[in-house]
Amino acid sequence: MDAVNLALCFLIFGLIVYPLVFVVSASFSDSIKMYQDPIVFLPRAFNVESYVHVFNYPDVWRGYRNSILYTALGTAINLVMTTLAAYPLSRRRLYGRSVFMVFFVFTMFFSGGIIPQYLVNRTLGILDTVWVIVLPMAIVVFNMIVMMTYFQTTIPHELEESASIDGCSDFGILLRVVLPLSVPIVAVLALFYGVMHWNQYFQALIYLSNHDLYPLQLVLRNILILDQISEIFGIAQAYDERYAERIARREGLKYAIVVVSCLPLLIIYPALNKYLKKGIMIGSLKG
Amino acid sequence: MAEQASRQGAGLGPHKKRGFARVIRNMKKSSALYVMLLLPVVYFLIWHYWPMYGLIIAFKDYRVTMGFLDSPWVGFEHFERFFNSFRFWRLIENTVGISVYGLIVGIPAPIILALMFNELRQRRLKSFFQTVSYAPNFISVVVVAGIILFFLNPSTGVVNTVLEKLGFERIAFLAEPKYFWHIIVWSDIWQTVGWGSLIYFAAIQSIPAEQYEAAFIDGASKLQKIWHITLPNLLPTIVILSILAMSQIMNVGFEKILLLQNPSNLERSQVIQTYVYEAGILQGQHSFATAVGLFNNVINFILLIVANQLAKKAGQASLW
Repeated sequence: MDAVNLALCFLIFGLIVYPLVFVVSASFSDSIKMYQDPIVFLPRAFNVESYVHVFNYPDVWRGYRNSILYTALGTAINLVMTTLAAYPLSRRRLYGRSVFMVFFVFTMFFSGGIIPQYLVNRTLGILDTVWVIVLPMAIVVFNMIVMMTYFQTTIPHELEESASIDGCSDFGILLRVVLPLSVPIVAVLALFYGVMHWNQYFQALIYLSNHDLYPLQLVLRNILILDQISEIFGIAQAYDERYAERIARREGLKYAIVVVSCLPLLIIYPALNKYLKKGIMIGSLKG
Repeated sequence: MAEQASRQGAGLGPHKKRGFARVIRNMKKSSALYVMLLLPVVYFLIWHYWPMYGLIIAFKDYRVTMGFLDSPWVGFEHFERFFNSFRFWRLIENTVGISVYGLIVGIPAPIILALMFNELRQRRLKSFFQTVSYAPNFISVVVVAGIILFFLNPSTGVVNTVLEKLGFERIAFLAEPKYFWHIIVWSDIWQTVGWGSLIYFAAIQSIPAEQYEAAFIDGASKLQKIWHITLPNLLPTIVILSILAMSQIMNVGFEKILLLQNPSNLERSQVIQTYVYEAGILQGQHSFATAVGLFNNVINFILLIVANQLAKKAGQASLW
């Protein structure tokens, strides 16, 4: 039984991991060789030509710069706003607490939809600016609940009481007592929000028409997805060797761009693994 | 302010005066907290409740110049147009089909994975598998769609190359409607199964060891232990997560569908939310698209309530 389970686990693990391995290996392979024989586990004729092409692609740099801005600014706003909502809700003495809870949680289950949201943003005049990217998702209620639960279960009531006896205001308690103790949850939320900002494309798609403001994911979409005819139907025949070469190069570029766009994730992933496990424990307590 | 309240309440009789003053007093105690909540409340009002108010244009003929309030009223005209359109049944079929398919596969998958990982004896291997298995969760939907295109490409894709080597013909997977649902659902599983299994894994850890020990003494096999101990303990978690999943049933991860849609597979790839985007954003039919979106949200909401009631009736944990 154990052996069967182990074998199955390996198999599933392989299935999950292979696409990632493939893309990384393909990005480091010679694109012509890839075109001729696509199955790889390890790079086929290792070269970094595809990456050179990526670095010479100005749209990518612009997209990167924009995504970094949106992610940094957006996450900062998220953390401040979520804390401002989660901390009061975590205090039992908040008068009207359940009213606020319903007010916030209701939005998890019902919304106006994308058209009314679009019209609201248009009325606010923030279309085609950085604000339409970072403001509409300032608070994700699920994350707020996770943070609230953390405050409720991890900050001992006595600490709060003794601080207020010492004459500390509510703001003071938040800043000087609660936040220093909350580094794990802030880290987890920073991760969730950061990934949300880095990966999103649809907001940018409907709200931005200025190419200079496009985040990386939208640039990726243009390169990976909009080129669909050859992706779907295949390349009927290579008209000549040059044509085949260009196709192959373009495919190679795509693999490299995917890896480059996932770089931040790859960098922070091992570091935040620890915080993640803790965050899941807390989140599941809520459930 | 407390003085004002008691003076105001002087004519109302002793009980009312005490009650009102108490409300004011309690509010004053929380005043700093209210200040903190100010920004979040404003945020929700502007970006969540104002759009909800904007839903009324589903019943109007929205004109930009007139705004939400003044645009002329047309009642259910947009809804009738939607229900009678030739697309209506196709949209419903695809939306519900992909959702239900996704739920049937997607609810058990992380549970099974968590159970499998849990049974692994080798601790380091287990933790390595887990860590890598939820990596796909952090990849953007654009990249996932890109990877799908890489693999399914008829000329340069791995899948077709393998098919050819095995003697089969190459298939243009994304050009054929019949493969679309499978592509969407299984790529969702690929992306979310590792992450989902984490939550169940945490829940499994919290099952008291005595239950397993008692079963061991009674001579239970591994499978019996899973069936009689692990699963019943997991049931509340499963139910809550399933209800949450069902509440999203009509939203079907439309961002990925939008990326993989193309004129060839529309028959099976058009869902309600992508149609809202098409009609509302691309074609500027604001009122009509809002009506379609409202229909979607209401169905969602009803399903959520139904699922929650069912859970309650079954005596299980529920959302409220």
